[in-house]
Amino acid sequence: MTAGAGTSTHRRDSVVLGAAVGLVGVTFGVLASTAGLGLAKALAMSLLVFTGASQFAAVGVVSSGGSAISAVGGALLLAARNSLYGMRLSERLASAGWKRIPGAHFVIDETTAMSIAQDDEEAAVEAFWWTGIALFTFWNLGTAMGVLVGGAIGDPNVWGLDAAFPASFVALLGPHVANAPGRVAGLVGAAIAVVAVPVTPAGAPILLSALAIVPALLVARRVGPAQ
Amino acid sequence: MSWAAILVLAVCSYLFKLSGLLIGNRIQNPLLLRSVSLIPPALFCSLIALQTFETSGQLGIDARFAGLVVALIATWRKVPFVGVIVSAMIATALARLAFG
Repeated sequence: MTAGAGTSTHRRDSVVLGAAVGLVGVTFGVLASTAGLGLAKALAMSLLVFTGASQFAAVGVVSSGGSAISAVGGALLLAARNSLYGMRLSERLASAGWKRIPGAHFVIDETTAMSIAQDDEEAAVEAFWWTGIALFTFWNLGTAMGVLVGGAIGDPNVWGLDAAFPASFVALLGPHVANAPGRVAGLVGAAIAVVAVPVTPAGAPILLSALAIVPALLVARRVGPAQ
Repeated sequence: MSWAAILVLAVCSYLFKLSGLLIGNRIQNPLLLRSVSLIPPALFCSLIALQTFETSGQLGIDARFAGLVVALIATWRKVPFVGVIVSAMIATALARLAFG
């Protein structure tokens, strides 16, 4: 079992990561406020949903006038990813027993990454809790701060806040388009959404874009098992 | 966004997380796993396109396009998250001032 230097590194890393995520949380808070959510709802999302991409998607769709169905539908599609993270963490966290029930709430990208980066199981479990708690704290503090800032802003379009919504997804996109199937999914998804706008009801384009998975899977099969 | 929507989202997110944790590697279907991991690029890109070019069911180019270009450049140059957002906002605000 490693101790000393190894342990303190991932504790410090968790806090640093938490601070960075806190800034993203502030952005979410501002966008949620712009979308008309208010402190209670924005904070409820950060406390109860605790999944960045889904939260950004939901407030983005609401802010552009989309229906609740498409906001929730898009957010749910993105939340499905958390089950993959859960699967990856499953073996490492098996020793945590019943604590996995409340602990599951912390299963997101960053906690998974921090945990599987550790060499032994004990460090993996500890990294998961430290990262989870740090991120949960900073994410929610950031959200609250963002909503308060957002409320003081006046006309959001004067500040270019409407551009912050797509910009947040550009910033998050990188790792997902690092391979060919991801790039195909992205291009086809955008194309489907744009083409669908004049011919489908509000909210449909975002949900239809998920169909881009089909050509992306075909590309994955052609590229080979490594994908 | 109603409270009901938030609660549905909260419950489903949690169930996704918990189910993965408890199922572990018992589900090995590569097709399913790969499909789920392809959802983010598809949805992120459609959100980027819609939130840049769409207004109330109409497509068009406006000041947000300046923000998109700047966001892409900033991300490519590895500017941190908040920097990407802020530079996109500044570009859009300026474009709106210049062109209306």
